This record gives sequence, structure tokens and C-alpha cells, in this order.
Amino acid sequence: MSDDKGRDGQMIRMRQIRKVYSTGRVEVEALRGIDLDIPRNEYVAIVGPSGSGKSTLMNIIGCLDTPSSGEYVLSGETVGGLDRNRLAEIRNRHIGFVFQNFNLLPYASALENVELPLLFAGVSARERRERAAAMLEKVELQDRMEHKPTELSGGQMQRVAIARALVNEPAIILADEPTGNLDSGSGKGIVGLFGDLHANGQTIVMITHDSAVAKLARRVVQIRDGQITEDRTVAA
Amino acid sequence: MSARRFEVLRAELLLVWRLFRTDAARQTKRIALTVLAIAWGTLSIVLLLSFGEGLKRAFNKGKRGMGEGGIGVLWGGSTTRAYNGLPSGRAIAFRDEDADLLAQRIPEIASLSREYAIRRGLTVGAKTVNARIRGVDPTFGQLRNIIPQAGGRFIDEADMSEKRRVIVLGEELADDLFGSQEVVGRTLQINQSTFLVIGVMQPKTMMGMYSGPDKNQASIPSATFKSMFTDSKIEDIVYRPVSLELADQAKWQIYRTLAAKYRFDPEDERALSVWDTREDQRIVANIGLGIQMFLGVIGTLTLFVGGMGVANIMYAVVKERTREIGVKMALGAKMRQVMTPFILEALLMTVVGGLMGTALALMLIVGVSLLPLKDAAFDFLGRPTFSPAIAAATSFILGTIGALAGYFPARRAASVNPAVSLRYE
Ligand SMILES: Nc1ncnc2c1ncn2[C@@H]1O[C@H](COP(=O)(O)OP(=O)(O)O)[C@@H](O)[C@H]1O
Ligand SMILES: [Mg+2]
Repeated sequence: MSDDKGRDGQMIRMRQIRKVYSTGRVEVEALRGIDLDIPRNEYVAIVGPSGSGKSTLMNIIGCLDTPSSGEYVLSGETVGGLDRNRLAEIRNRHIGFVFQNFNLLPYASALENVELPLLFAGVSARERRERAAAMLEKVELQDRMEHKPTELSGGQMQRVAIARALVNEPAIILADEPTGNLDSGSGKGIVGLFGDLHANGQTIVMITHDSAVAKLARRVVQIRDGQITEDRTVAA
Repeated sequence: MSARRFEVLRAELLLVWRLFRTDAARQTKRIALTVLAIAWGTLSIVLLLSFGEGLKRAFNKGKRGMGEGGIGVLWGGSTTRAYNGLPSGRAIAFRDEDADLLAQRIPEIASLSREYAIRRGLTVGAKTVNARIRGVDPTFGQLRNIIPQAGGRFIDEADMSEKRRVIVLGEELADDLFGSQEVVGRTLQINQSTFLVIGVMQPKTMMGMYSGPDKNQASIPSATFKSMFTDSKIEDIVYRPVSLELADQAKWQIYRTLAAKYRFDPEDERALSVWDTREDQRIVANIGLGIQMFLGVIGTLTLFVGGMGVANIMYAVVKERTREIGVKMALGAKMRQVMTPFILEALLMTVVGGLMGTALALMLIVGVSLLPLKDAAFDFLGRPTFSPAIAAATSFILGTIGALAGYFPARRAASVNPAVSLRYE
């Protein structure tokens, strides 16, 4: 995926990103001038207190939301001003989301949940099934494929979600507190899975408030009040 | 559509079906009520349109009862103005040769027949029935739609030239005289003369008539009539114009020709009396259409209310599924892919309700058609009749309402902000 990099070699390039929420009379400045570059194959943890703007930043990185001002280039493409269908296409092809509360469709089986991104991409049934099954195997759920989310444990649901995030071979995985709803045992398993993925070349941006989890990332970006207060890369 | 796109659509439909089942489980009562409303609306629209169709057909049949092709009936009248030294109030009556004159002079008339008439007793054995007997030309049968039942015939040229004593009976008159036995070939007496029955009229519905319904009258050749009832005058002349467009022309020519002969002002309308059946046919056609439109509008409005119910449910469903919509958007669903399920779901509810309503309506229509009623009311109102046009109209209205009931909620779904819907604290 060499074309996932921009001309300056960054997969993500943000300059002076601001996000203002106006709810009624009050204006909340959730992001106040973020400059952030993330090259390919990076494993970044974003940490910070609650309400500091981590999720807002992730939504903008994932093209779920657009900044109030600033420049954002993803894989060489300037995201500002694209229409909703084009943004959907970018999310489908380049981004894999993992949420704290899993966000699986309750009426669909594990396999069908993993197939969804392929369905939206217009992939044929056979290929969908094969690729989704392979992905579930990768997260060691090959014998839970036909189970509904309610029949799975929290850790298993999050692994289905990770399989779903990976199935389109996205350039980047965005995980917002993926261990937040898990007991420590399952959480460790998920963090271990991210470690394996990164070892295989996957770019990952993970939001967490757990410093132990953050330590496993190569790079830790700290946010406070919508600004980056620290950006530290630990030697491998 | 390529095989792959079709396949993807199939997978989407499968998901929609599951969604519908989960929704249905959650809102059973509400969905049931709405589907019933749609069924009720469909039932009423199908029944109303079918009723209108039956009525229209009965009208059409009735309008044929007098005779087709815009026939006119011409009587004498009396003048209302003085003309060429002749006073007003002068009676105009036809003579025998006037019919030939009109036939020869007026190319706009396709065919015509004289009609003499008298009331006399018809006797079979000990039984006598009083009836109107008309003396007519062979063309009269075609003009006035007096079509003989199988095994019989109408008056022909030979009957005329030989002044035969033959008679064609209205079906009710035949029944009164002979009961249910075979009638053609039997004889009856008029003024001690023996007549041979050569035909019995096929039953027909008459919306308009003069001198009573045809089913109670008898027709004999005009030549026979004249020889028997020597003092009789032509009562009227029935004519058919070459075409509906030339009917006015024909009428005008009749006035001109007879005005010249009897010396009255051709502008003096009352000098003759013409019943132009085109007028009635136009009115009947308009009434039929009007009734069908009226009933159709009522049915459509009922369905519209049902459609609002579907839309309301869909709005609630969209609201409930906001997070799911956000998830799908995060995974890369395009606008169309977000909207389609909602539209299909609304269509599904509409179609299910529509099928229920149509099935019920068809059962009722078949039920009514099986009723052994042989009532005069059915002659005029007709029986509710289902037709492909009604099926098409109903499907079209249902489809439109279902699509609209899905489209607007779906548009709201597509406008969901995924970042907001996925917020989790
Ligand atoms: N959709 C929104 N409307 C209004 N305010 C919002 C919205 N999303 C986030 N915020 C506000 O922006 C700030 C940052 O929120 P968020 O990015 O969710 O923080 P974090 O994920 O670090 O807890 C908070 O003050 C939050 O209340
Ligand atoms: Mg957050």
C-alpha cells in the first residue's frame, strides 16, 4: 500500500485543526489547533483526561466529522470539502473503526457483522464470506461465526469488531478506548491482538486513558483541553 | 443489473427482512394496526373502484339499450311562429313517404326506420295480453338493438313485400303469453288475424326509453301494420347518422328537408321533436367517470392516512436506529445504502397490507357475483367488477404511498451525523 502515503511520507497530516461545537448559546472549542503527522506503520496511543477532545480528534481522523478549520490530508487526499458519499467511500476503504461499546448489529451473526464493510464496498457473496471467515479465524473466533453478539462475551464481541475493522484491509485502525468496557483479562487479550497487528505492519491509532495500555504503543500523544501537550516516541 | 450488484442487493434485502422482524417484534401492535389501516384503505379503494367499474359497465349496457351510434328519434311537433303566411301553432305530422324522402335526400343518415304504433290485445288460447304493437321496417332491429335470441330472426324485406303476418316479441311479453315454452314458431291472434312468432328479443338493459320498455312490446312489418290499421299515422322515425360527428349535420338536414316540404321555418325547433341519444350517452359517460373518480379519491385519501401511519412508524424506527445508522456510516455505507432499507421496509408493510386488502376485496367481489340475486337494482347499479386497470391503479397508488412513506424517514436517516450518533460516554 505504498500509495497510502502522502508526498511527504505521512499517512495522516493535520495542520491547525480546530473543532468548535455550538450547542445553543454555548460554544465548546473541543480542538484548538492540532498539528499531527502519523507515518505509515505507526502505533500511536492518544491519551488525556475525559473531555479533552480525544474522541473528537478520532472522529476527524476517521472522516466521521469535519474540522471547523485547519487542513487535513489523508493518504495524500485533502479531506475538506468532500461530499458525504465520498467520505463514506474513504471510511470504507481506508479506515477501520473499533469502538469502546463494540457497536455490532445485534440481529446479525458474527460473520455477517464482519461482512458489512464488504457489503458496502459491493464485494460478491462468496468473496465476502471467505474474507470475513478468514478474518474471524485471525482473531480466533472461527467456531463462533454464526453466533449473535448477545451470545458472545465482551472480549469476543470486541474481537468480532476488530475483525470487522480489518476486513477491508484499511490503511489505518482507529480504536476509541477499545478496552474500556472489558475486564482486565479480556482487555489484555485485545491489547495483545493490537500488538500482533502492528508487528505485521498495521498502522494503529488507539485512544486510551489506561497508561499501562498506552505504554505498549511506540508513540504516545497527550491531549489536554484540545491541544497536544506531549508527543513522545519510545525507542523500540 | 450485473449479477454481482443483484447479489449485493439480495444480501441487503436479507438484512432488511431481519431488521423488519426485530422491529416487528418490538412494535407488534403498532405495525399490525398500520398494516391493517393500509389493508382497509386498499380494501375500500379496490371495492370502490370495482363498484364504479360495475356501475360504468351497467351504464354502458343501458346506454346500448336504446340503440348505438348516436341514434335519433324524430316526432312531429307544432310550429311556434308564423311562416310564409301560415299561422303558428300548426301541427306537423309525417306521412308515409317522408321516411323515403329523408333517406334519399340526406346522405348524413346511414339508416332509418318508420315506427307506427297501436295498443291491441295479443291472444294465445284463452289468454289475452294488451301490448304496444309497432309496425317497423327491417332496419329497426339494428337501430334499436332489438336482437333476436338464438333460433329466431327479426323482420326482413320478404316479410315487408309480402305483408306477412309475422311478429317479434319482447322477452317479457313472450313470457307472459307463452310461459317458459319454446315460442318461435308458435302463433297468436291480433284482431282475429293469426300471427307467426319469428323471434324473441334478447334481454337488455334500457336506461332511456319512450312508450315503455322494449321487453313488453311487439314488432310487426310496417307494411302489414298499414294494411291492418288503415287509419294509422307514422308515430316516429328512428335514424342513425353516418357518424357521431355528422349527427348535428343530419339533424339540421332533417329540419331543412321537412321545413321545405311542410313549409315551416327551419329555425323553428318545436316544429319537430328530436330525441338525440348522444346527449344521454355523454351524460351517462360523465356520470360513470365522475362516480369512479369520486370513489377513487375517497379510497386514495384513506390509503394516504394509512401511508402516514407507515411513515410515522418509520420515523420512530429511524430514531431508534440512530446508532446503528451511525455504525453503518462508519463502516462506509453510502447515502443510498443507508436509505434503501427504510424504503424497502415501508414498502414491505404497504405491500403486505395491500395484499391483504386486495385479497379481501376480491373475496367480497366474487361473493357478490355469486349471489343469486336477479334484481332490477343490479341492472342499473351493476355488480362490482375487478379489472386489470383497477389492479394497476391500486398497485400504483400503493407503491407511491409506500415509497413516499419510506422516502422521507429514510432521508432523515441519511442526514444522521455519525459522529454524534456514535458518541458514547
Ligand atoms: N457533538 C457534540 N456537541 C457538543 N459538544 C461536544 C460534542 N462532542 C463533544 N463535545 C464536547 O467536546 C469536548 C471534547 O469531547 P470528546 O472529544 O468526546 O472528549 P474525550 O473523548 O477526550 O472524552 C467535550 O467538552 C464534549 O462535551
Ligand atoms: Mg471519548
